[in-house]
Amino acid sequence: MVASQLWEVFVRPRRGLAHTHVGSLHAPDAEVALRNARDVYTRRQEGVSIWVVPAGAITASSPDEKDAFFDPAADKVYRHPTFYEVPEGAGHL
Amino acid sequence: MYGNDFGTDQSLLDQVADAERALNEAAARDGGAAEAGEEQDYFDAIVAAEQKIEPRDWMPDAYRKTLVRQIAQHAHSEIIGMQPEGNWISRAPSLKRKAILLAKVQDEAGHGLYLYAAAETLGVHRDDLVDMLIDGRQKYSSIFNYPTLSWADVGAIGWLVDGAAIVNQVPLCRCSYGPYARAMIRICKEESFHQRQGYEILYTLAHGTPAQRRMAQDAVDRWWYPSLAMFGPPDTDSTHSEQSMAWKIKRFSNDDLRQRFVDMCVQQASVLTLDLPDPDLRFDEARGHYDYTQPDYDELMAVIKGNGPCNRERIANRRRAQDEGAWVREAAAAYAAKHSRVRQEPATEVDGAMAAV
Repeated sequence: MVASQLWEVFVRPRRGLAHTHVGSLHAPDAEVALRNARDVYTRRQEGVSIWVVPAGAITASSPDEKDAFFDPAADKVYRHPTFYEVPEGAGHL
Repeated sequence: MYGNDFGTDQSLLDQVADAERALNEAAARDGGAAEAGEEQDYFDAIVAAEQKIEPRDWMPDAYRKTLVRQIAQHAHSEIIGMQPEGNWISRAPSLKRKAILLAKVQDEAGHGLYLYAAAETLGVHRDDLVDMLIDGRQKYSSIFNYPTLSWADVGAIGWLVDGAAIVNQVPLCRCSYGPYARAMIRICKEESFHQRQGYEILYTLAHGTPAQRRMAQDAVDRWWYPSLAMFGPPDTDSTHSEQSMAWKIKRFSNDDLRQRFVDMCVQQASVLTLDLPDPDLRFDEARGHYDYTQPDYDELMAVIKGNGPCNRERIANRRRAQDEGAWVREAAAAYAAKHSRVRQEPATEVDGAMAAV
Protein backbone atom coordinates (compact mmCIF):
# COMPACT_ATOMS: atom_id res chain seq x y z
CA MET A 1 0.00 0.00 0.00
CA VAL A 2 1.29 3.45 -0.88
CA ALA A 3 1.72 5.65 2.16
CA SER A 4 -0.60 8.58 1.70
CA GLN A 5 0.63 11.90 2.95
CA LEU A 6 -1.45 14.96 3.83
CA TRP A 7 -0.89 18.11 1.74
CA GLU A 8 -2.15 21.64 2.32
CA VAL A 9 -3.32 23.41 -0.83
CA PHE A 10 -2.92 27.12 -1.60
CA VAL A 11 -4.52 28.68 -4.69
CA ARG A 12 -3.86 32.02 -6.34
CA PRO A 13 -7.40 32.89 -7.43
CA ARG A 14 -6.40 35.49 -10.00
CA ARG A 15 -3.21 37.05 -11.29
CA GLY A 16 -2.30 39.88 -8.91
CA LEU A 17 -3.67 38.22 -5.76
CA ALA A 18 -1.66 36.23 -3.22
CA HIS A 19 -2.09 32.47 -2.81
CA THR A 20 -4.64 31.61 -0.14
CA HIS A 21 -5.26 28.39 1.70
CA VAL A 22 -8.23 26.47 0.30
CA GLY A 23 -7.98 23.05 1.95
CA SER A 24 -6.01 19.84 2.02
CA LEU A 25 -5.83 16.43 0.37
CA HIS A 26 -3.99 13.11 0.49
CA ALA A 27 -1.41 12.13 -2.09
CA PRO A 28 1.72 9.94 -2.19
CA ASP A 29 3.99 12.66 -3.60
CA ALA A 30 4.13 16.32 -4.59
CA GLU A 31 3.45 15.73 -8.27
CA VAL A 32 0.29 13.76 -7.61
CA ALA A 33 -0.73 16.22 -4.90
CA LEU A 34 -0.53 19.04 -7.43
CA ARG A 35 -2.64 17.17 -9.97
CA ASN A 36 -5.17 16.17 -7.37
CA ALA A 37 -5.33 19.73 -6.07
CA ARG A 38 -6.09 20.91 -9.59
CA ASP A 39 -8.89 18.35 -9.87
CA VAL A 40 -10.31 18.95 -6.41
CA TYR A 41 -9.93 22.69 -5.91
CA THR A 42 -9.89 24.33 -9.35
CA ARG A 43 -12.56 22.42 -11.26
CA ARG A 44 -14.41 25.67 -11.90
CA GLN A 45 -11.38 27.77 -12.74
CA GLU A 46 -10.98 28.94 -9.18
CA GLY A 47 -7.29 29.56 -9.66
CA VAL A 48 -4.36 30.31 -11.92
CA SER A 49 -1.61 28.89 -9.71
CA ILE A 50 -1.43 26.21 -7.01
CA TRP A 51 1.02 25.48 -4.20
CA VAL A 52 0.98 22.18 -2.34
CA VAL A 53 2.85 21.95 0.96
CA PRO A 54 3.31 18.82 3.10
CA ALA A 55 1.03 19.38 6.07
CA GLY A 56 3.82 18.20 8.34
CA ALA A 57 5.99 21.05 7.12
CA ILE A 58 3.61 23.61 8.56
CA THR A 59 4.21 24.75 12.09
CA ALA A 60 1.09 26.32 13.57
CA SER A 61 0.55 28.44 16.64
CA SER A 62 -1.34 26.63 19.36
CA PRO A 63 -4.99 27.54 20.01
CA ASP A 64 -4.37 27.05 23.74
CA GLU A 65 -1.74 29.73 23.71
CA LYS A 66 -3.75 32.13 21.60
CA ASP A 67 -4.16 34.72 24.33
CA ALA A 68 -0.58 34.78 25.54
CA PHE A 69 0.69 34.62 21.98
CA PHE A 70 -1.24 37.58 20.58
CA ASP A 71 -1.82 39.68 23.68
CA PRO A 72 1.36 41.74 23.36
CA ALA A 73 -0.23 43.60 20.41
CA ALA A 74 -3.43 44.36 22.30
CA ASP A 75 -2.26 47.35 24.33
CA LYS A 76 -0.30 49.10 21.56
CA VAL A 77 -2.96 51.40 20.21
CA TYR A 78 -0.26 53.82 19.09
CA ARG A 79 0.51 51.49 16.18
CA HIS A 80 -2.69 52.73 14.56
CA PRO A 81 -2.93 56.06 12.74
CA THR A 82 -6.20 56.86 14.51
CA PHE A 83 -4.25 57.22 17.78
CA TYR A 84 -2.89 60.56 16.58
CA GLU A 85 -4.80 63.77 16.53
CA VAL A 86 -4.52 65.54 13.18
CA PRO A 87 -4.84 69.30 13.73
CA GLU A 88 -7.67 71.10 12.03
CA GLY A 89 -6.88 71.93 8.41
CA ALA A 90 -3.91 69.66 7.87
CA GLY A 91 -4.54 67.73 4.67
CA HIS A 92 -3.01 64.59 3.12
CA LEU A 93 -2.00 63.06 6.45
CA MET B 1 -9.32 55.00 -12.81
CA TYR B 2 -5.73 54.35 -11.94
CA GLY B 3 -2.63 56.32 -11.23
CA ASN B 4 -4.58 59.46 -10.49
CA ASP B 5 -3.04 59.98 -7.08
CA PHE B 6 -2.28 63.50 -8.16
CA GLY B 7 -4.28 66.59 -7.49
CA THR B 8 -6.71 64.90 -5.17
CA ASP B 9 -7.29 65.77 -1.56
CA GLN B 10 -7.22 62.16 -0.49
CA SER B 11 -5.55 60.96 2.65
CA LEU B 12 -2.78 58.44 2.36
CA LEU B 13 -4.99 55.59 3.50
CA ASP B 14 -7.63 56.47 0.89
CA GLN B 15 -4.97 56.37 -1.81
CA VAL B 16 -3.70 52.99 -0.66
CA ALA B 17 -7.26 51.69 -0.52
CA ASP B 18 -7.74 52.88 -4.11
CA ALA B 19 -4.60 51.08 -5.21
CA GLU B 20 -5.76 47.90 -3.51
CA ARG B 21 -9.17 48.18 -5.17
CA ALA B 22 -7.50 48.68 -8.55
CA LEU B 23 -5.40 45.58 -7.96
CA ASN B 24 -8.50 43.54 -7.17
CA GLU B 25 -10.37 44.91 -10.16
CA ALA B 26 -7.49 44.12 -12.48
CA ALA B 27 -7.33 40.63 -10.99
CA ALA B 28 -11.04 40.17 -11.70
CA ARG B 29 -10.37 40.94 -15.37
CA ASP B 30 -7.88 38.09 -15.50
CA GLY B 31 -7.93 36.08 -18.68
CA GLY B 32 -8.80 38.97 -20.91
CA ALA B 33 -5.24 40.21 -20.92
CA ALA B 34 -3.45 37.89 -23.22
CA GLU B 35 -3.54 34.54 -24.86
CA ALA B 36 -0.41 32.49 -24.89
CA GLY B 37 1.95 33.86 -27.49
CA GLU B 38 5.57 34.82 -27.63
CA GLU B 39 6.93 35.32 -24.13
CA GLN B 40 7.66 38.98 -24.68
CA ASP B 41 4.21 39.59 -26.19
CA TYR B 42 2.54 37.91 -23.26
CA PHE B 43 4.56 39.94 -20.76
CA ASP B 44 3.80 43.17 -22.61
CA ALA B 45 0.09 42.38 -22.77
CA ILE B 46 -0.12 41.71 -19.05
CA VAL B 47 1.65 44.93 -18.19
CA ALA B 48 -0.50 46.87 -20.66
CA ALA B 49 -3.66 45.43 -19.10
CA GLU B 50 -2.60 46.71 -15.64
CA GLN B 51 -2.29 43.16 -14.40
CA LYS B 52 0.53 41.78 -12.29
CA ILE B 53 3.59 39.82 -13.30
CA GLU B 54 4.04 36.94 -10.85
CA PRO B 55 7.28 35.19 -9.79
CA ARG B 56 7.07 32.21 -12.13
CA ASP B 57 6.07 34.22 -15.20
CA TRP B 58 8.56 34.82 -17.95
CA MET B 59 10.00 38.32 -17.67
CA PRO B 60 12.76 40.20 -19.48
CA ASP B 61 16.13 39.85 -17.72
CA ALA B 62 16.44 43.61 -17.46
CA TYR B 63 13.03 43.83 -15.77
CA ARG B 64 14.12 41.25 -13.21
CA LYS B 65 17.42 43.04 -12.68
CA THR B 66 15.77 46.43 -12.28
CA LEU B 67 13.32 45.05 -9.73
CA VAL B 68 16.03 43.32 -7.72
CA ARG B 69 18.05 46.53 -7.63
CA GLN B 70 15.09 48.69 -6.68
CA ILE B 71 13.50 46.36 -4.12
CA ALA B 72 16.85 45.59 -2.50
CA GLN B 73 17.69 49.28 -2.30
CA HIS B 74 14.29 49.88 -0.78
CA ALA B 75 14.79 47.07 1.77
CA HIS B 76 18.25 48.38 2.68
CA SER B 77 16.74 51.84 3.22
CA GLU B 78 14.23 50.47 5.71
CA ILE B 79 16.96 48.66 7.64
CA ILE B 80 19.51 51.51 7.62
CA GLY B 81 16.64 53.92 8.33
CA MET B 82 16.28 52.36 11.78
CA GLN B 83 19.54 53.98 12.86
CA PRO B 84 18.85 57.74 12.82
CA GLU B 85 15.64 57.25 14.79
CA GLY B 86 16.98 54.44 16.96
CA ASN B 87 19.46 57.07 18.15
CA TRP B 88 16.62 58.71 20.13
CA ILE B 89 14.83 55.71 21.63
CA SER B 90 16.74 55.88 24.91
CA ARG B 91 16.29 59.65 25.11
CA ALA B 92 12.65 60.06 24.10
CA PRO B 93 11.06 62.73 26.32
CA SER B 94 8.33 60.49 27.78
CA LEU B 95 7.38 56.85 28.10
CA LYS B 96 4.61 57.39 25.57
CA ARG B 97 7.00 58.86 22.99
CA LYS B 98 9.47 56.08 23.66
CA ALA B 99 6.86 53.36 23.12
CA ILE B 100 5.74 55.03 19.90
CA LEU B 101 9.28 55.39 18.60
CA LEU B 102 10.07 51.77 19.43
CA ALA B 103 6.96 50.68 17.55
CA LYS B 104 7.97 52.78 14.57
CA VAL B 105 11.53 51.47 14.39
CA GLN B 106 10.14 47.95 14.78
CA ASP B 107 7.87 48.65 11.79
CA GLU B 108 10.89 49.68 9.71
CA ALA B 109 12.52 46.33 10.45
CA GLY B 110 9.31 44.60 9.39
CA HIS B 111 9.15 46.62 6.18
CA GLY B 112 12.72 45.66 5.41
CA LEU B 113 11.77 42.01 5.82
CA TYR B 114 8.69 42.23 3.58
CA LEU B 115 10.86 43.79 0.90
CA TYR B 116 13.75 41.34 1.17
CA ALA B 117 11.14 38.58 0.86
CA ALA B 118 9.68 40.23 -2.26
CA ALA B 119 13.20 40.43 -3.73
CA GLU B 120 13.78 36.75 -2.98
CA THR B 121 10.81 35.82 -5.20
CA LEU B 122 13.03 37.03 -8.06
CA GLY B 123 15.62 34.35 -7.37
CA VAL B 124 18.14 36.20 -5.21
CA HIS B 125 19.12 35.37 -1.63
CA ARG B 126 18.78 37.77 1.24
CA ASP B 127 22.25 36.97 2.56
CA ASP B 128 23.73 38.08 -0.76
CA LEU B 129 21.75 41.31 -0.69
CA VAL B 130 22.94 42.04 2.85
CA ASP B 131 26.52 41.42 1.74
CA MET B 132 26.06 43.81 -1.17
CA LEU B 133 24.76 46.49 1.19
CA ILE B 134 27.66 46.08 3.57
CA ASP B 135 30.36 46.14 0.94
CA GLY B 136 28.78 49.07 -0.89
CA ARG B 137 27.69 47.35 -4.11
CA GLN B 138 24.07 48.26 -3.41
CA LYS B 139 22.78 51.61 -2.17
CA TYR B 140 20.15 52.85 0.22
CA SER B 141 18.31 56.15 0.41
CA SER B 142 20.65 59.12 0.76
CA ILE B 143 18.46 60.65 3.48
CA PHE B 144 19.60 58.24 6.17
CA ASN B 145 23.12 59.59 5.98
CA TYR B 146 22.09 62.74 7.82
CA PRO B 147 22.40 62.92 11.62
CA THR B 148 19.53 63.28 14.11
CA LEU B 149 20.77 66.10 16.32
CA SER B 150 17.72 66.82 18.47
CA TRP B 151 14.44 65.23 19.52
CA ALA B 152 12.65 67.46 17.02
CA ASP B 153 14.50 65.57 14.27
CA VAL B 154 12.37 62.53 15.09
CA GLY B 155 9.33 64.70 14.34
CA ALA B 156 10.86 66.09 11.16
CA ILE B 157 11.75 62.60 9.94
CA GLY B 158 8.19 61.42 10.50
CA TRP B 159 6.66 64.40 8.77
CA LEU B 160 9.12 65.11 5.95
CA VAL B 161 11.14 61.95 5.38
CA ASP B 162 8.25 59.53 5.84
CA GLY B 163 6.01 62.00 4.02
CA ALA B 164 8.36 62.00 1.02
CA ALA B 165 8.71 58.23 1.20
CA ILE B 166 4.93 57.87 1.15
CA VAL B 167 4.58 60.12 -1.91
CA ASN B 168 7.12 57.85 -3.58
CA GLN B 169 5.61 54.63 -2.32
CA VAL B 170 1.89 55.05 -2.88
CA PRO B 171 2.33 54.73 -6.67
CA LEU B 172 4.44 51.60 -6.04
CA CYS B 173 1.28 49.94 -4.69
CA ARG B 174 0.37 49.83 -8.41
CA CYS B 175 3.69 48.39 -9.54
CA SER B 176 3.45 45.74 -12.25
CA TYR B 177 5.29 43.12 -10.16
CA GLY B 178 2.75 41.39 -7.91
CA PRO B 179 4.85 40.58 -4.81
CA TYR B 180 6.26 44.13 -4.72
CA ALA B 181 2.84 45.74 -5.18
CA ARG B 182 1.33 43.60 -2.43
CA ALA B 183 4.21 44.33 -0.05
CA MET B 184 3.87 48.06 -0.74
CA ILE B 185 0.14 48.04 0.04
CA ARG B 186 0.91 46.49 3.39
CA ILE B 187 3.76 48.89 4.05
CA CYS B 188 1.84 52.03 3.11
CA LYS B 189 -1.02 51.11 5.42
CA GLU B 190 1.45 50.85 8.28
CA GLU B 191 3.35 53.98 7.22
CA SER B 192 0.37 56.20 7.92
CA PHE B 193 1.02 56.23 11.66
CA HIS B 194 4.67 57.10 11.08
CA GLN B 195 3.86 60.33 9.33
CA ARG B 196 1.17 61.30 11.80
CA GLN B 197 3.30 60.71 14.88
CA GLY B 198 6.04 62.90 13.39
CA TYR B 199 3.58 65.62 12.57
CA GLU B 200 2.18 65.44 16.09
CA ILE B 201 5.67 65.78 17.62
CA LEU B 202 6.37 68.89 15.56
CA TYR B 203 2.94 70.36 16.25
CA THR B 204 3.44 69.86 19.98
CA LEU B 205 6.90 71.44 19.92
CA ALA B 206 5.79 74.31 17.67
CA HIS B 207 3.06 75.15 20.16
CA GLY B 208 5.30 74.70 23.20
CA THR B 209 7.94 76.92 24.79
CA PRO B 210 10.02 79.30 22.63
CA ALA B 211 12.97 76.91 22.97
CA GLN B 212 10.87 73.95 21.80
CA ARG B 213 9.59 76.00 18.90
CA ARG B 214 13.13 76.93 17.89
CA MET B 215 14.11 73.27 18.05
CA ALA B 216 11.21 72.32 15.75
CA GLN B 217 12.08 75.04 13.26
CA ASP B 218 15.75 74.09 13.29
CA ALA B 219 14.86 70.46 12.51
CA VAL B 220 12.63 71.49 9.59
CA ASP B 221 15.39 73.79 8.31
CA ARG B 222 17.87 70.92 8.24
CA TRP B 223 15.59 68.17 6.85
CA TRP B 224 13.74 70.09 4.14
CA TYR B 225 16.26 69.99 1.30
CA PRO B 226 17.56 66.46 1.98
CA SER B 227 13.90 65.36 1.90
CA LEU B 228 13.40 67.03 -1.49
CA ALA B 229 16.51 65.23 -2.71
CA MET B 230 14.94 61.86 -1.78
CA PHE B 231 13.00 61.96 -5.06
CA GLY B 232 16.28 61.54 -6.92
CA PRO B 233 17.93 63.59 -9.62
CA PRO B 234 15.84 65.85 -11.86
CA ASP B 235 14.07 64.10 -14.75
CA THR B 236 16.63 65.35 -17.24
CA ASP B 237 19.37 63.41 -15.39
CA SER B 238 17.44 60.38 -14.24
CA THR B 239 18.97 57.26 -15.77
CA HIS B 240 16.48 54.54 -14.94
CA SER B 241 13.19 56.39 -15.19
CA GLU B 242 11.99 55.95 -18.76
CA GLN B 243 12.25 52.17 -18.95
CA SER B 244 10.80 51.78 -15.44
CA MET B 245 7.81 53.88 -16.48
CA ALA B 246 7.28 51.72 -19.58
CA TRP B 247 7.36 48.61 -17.39
CA LYS B 248 4.96 50.26 -14.93
CA ILE B 249 7.38 49.73 -12.08
CA LYS B 250 7.42 53.48 -11.74
CA ARG B 251 4.34 55.62 -12.37
CA PHE B 252 5.43 59.22 -12.05
CA SER B 253 8.64 61.07 -12.75
CA ASN B 254 10.97 62.25 -9.98
CA ASP B 255 10.09 65.89 -10.58
CA ASP B 256 6.33 65.25 -10.61
CA LEU B 257 6.55 63.44 -7.27
CA ARG B 258 8.77 66.17 -5.82
CA GLN B 259 6.26 68.82 -6.87
CA ARG B 260 3.42 66.92 -5.28
CA PHE B 261 5.38 66.67 -2.05
CA VAL B 262 6.13 70.41 -2.00
CA ASP B 263 2.47 71.28 -2.61
CA MET B 264 1.41 69.05 0.28
CA CYS B 265 4.03 70.34 2.68
CA VAL B 266 3.31 74.05 2.22
CA GLN B 267 -0.19 73.54 3.51
CA GLN B 268 0.90 71.23 6.32
CA ALA B 269 3.67 73.63 7.40
CA SER B 270 1.16 76.46 7.71
CA VAL B 271 -0.89 74.40 10.17
CA LEU B 272 2.30 73.67 12.12
CA THR B 273 3.04 77.42 12.01
CA LEU B 274 6.60 76.52 10.98
CA ASP B 275 8.46 77.93 7.97
CA LEU B 276 9.88 75.93 5.11
CA PRO B 277 13.42 77.28 4.58
CA ASP B 278 12.87 78.50 1.01
CA PRO B 279 12.51 82.25 0.41
CA ASP B 280 11.41 81.60 -3.19
CA LEU B 281 8.50 79.36 -2.31
CA ARG B 282 5.39 80.87 -3.92
CA PHE B 283 2.23 79.67 -5.60
CA ASP B 284 2.25 79.89 -9.38
CA GLU B 285 -1.35 80.53 -10.44
CA ALA B 286 -0.71 79.50 -14.03
CA ARG B 287 0.83 76.13 -13.12
CA GLY B 288 -1.41 75.53 -10.14
CA HIS B 289 1.66 74.49 -8.16
CA TYR B 290 4.23 76.01 -5.83
CA ASP B 291 7.51 77.20 -7.28
CA TYR B 292 10.38 76.10 -5.08
CA THR B 293 14.16 76.03 -4.87
CA GLN B 294 15.69 72.76 -6.03
CA PRO B 295 17.81 70.81 -3.57
CA ASP B 296 21.56 70.70 -4.12
CA TYR B 297 21.96 67.75 -6.48
CA ASP B 298 25.76 67.86 -6.23
CA GLU B 299 25.34 67.22 -2.53
CA LEU B 300 22.91 64.39 -3.31
CA MET B 301 25.47 62.75 -5.61
CA ALA B 302 28.22 63.16 -3.02
CA VAL B 303 26.04 61.54 -0.35
CA ILE B 304 25.08 58.68 -2.67
CA LYS B 305 28.77 58.14 -3.45
CA GLY B 306 29.43 57.65 0.26
CA ASN B 307 30.44 61.11 1.42
CA GLY B 308 27.45 62.23 3.45
CA PRO B 309 27.80 63.14 7.12
CA CYS B 310 27.01 59.63 8.41
CA ASN B 311 27.61 57.12 5.56
CA ARG B 312 30.57 55.41 7.19
CA GLU B 313 28.90 55.24 10.59
CA ARG B 314 25.70 53.74 9.16
CA ILE B 315 27.50 50.99 7.27
CA ALA B 316 29.93 50.34 10.12
CA ASN B 317 26.96 49.85 12.47
CA ARG B 318 25.26 47.54 10.02
CA ARG B 319 28.43 45.53 9.52
CA ARG B 320 29.02 45.29 13.26
CA ALA B 321 25.42 44.13 13.84
CA GLN B 322 25.91 41.48 11.16
CA ASP B 323 29.26 40.32 12.59
CA GLU B 324 28.20 40.39 16.21
CA GLY B 325 24.96 38.58 15.38
CA ALA B 326 26.82 35.74 13.61
CA TRP B 327 27.04 33.58 16.74
CA VAL B 328 23.28 33.86 17.24
CA ARG B 329 22.58 32.63 13.72
CA GLU B 330 25.15 29.85 14.12
CA ALA B 331 23.72 28.78 17.48
CA ALA B 332 20.18 28.77 16.07
CA ALA B 333 21.32 26.66 13.11
CA ALA B 334 23.19 24.25 15.39
CA TYR B 335 20.15 23.91 17.63
CA ALA B 336 17.88 23.27 14.63
CA ALA B 337 20.30 20.68 13.22
CA LYS B 338 20.53 18.88 16.56
CA HIS B 339 16.76 18.70 16.87
CA SER B 340 16.20 17.53 13.30
CA ARG B 341 18.73 14.72 14.01
CA VAL B 342 16.73 13.74 17.06
CA ARG B 343 13.56 13.64 14.98
CA GLN B 344 15.13 11.71 12.11
CA GLU B 345 16.81 9.08 14.28
CA PRO B 346 14.23 8.21 16.89
CA ALA B 347 16.32 7.30 19.89
CA THR B 348 15.58 3.71 20.79
CA GLU B 349 15.98 4.32 24.46
CA VAL B 350 13.31 6.97 24.45
CA ASP B 351 11.04 4.81 22.31
CA GLY B 352 11.67 1.93 24.63
CA ALA B 353 10.85 4.07 27.60
CA MET B 354 7.66 5.29 25.96
CA ALA B 355 6.67 1.74 25.03
CA ALA B 356 7.18 0.64 28.59
CA VAL B 357 4.83 3.32 29.91
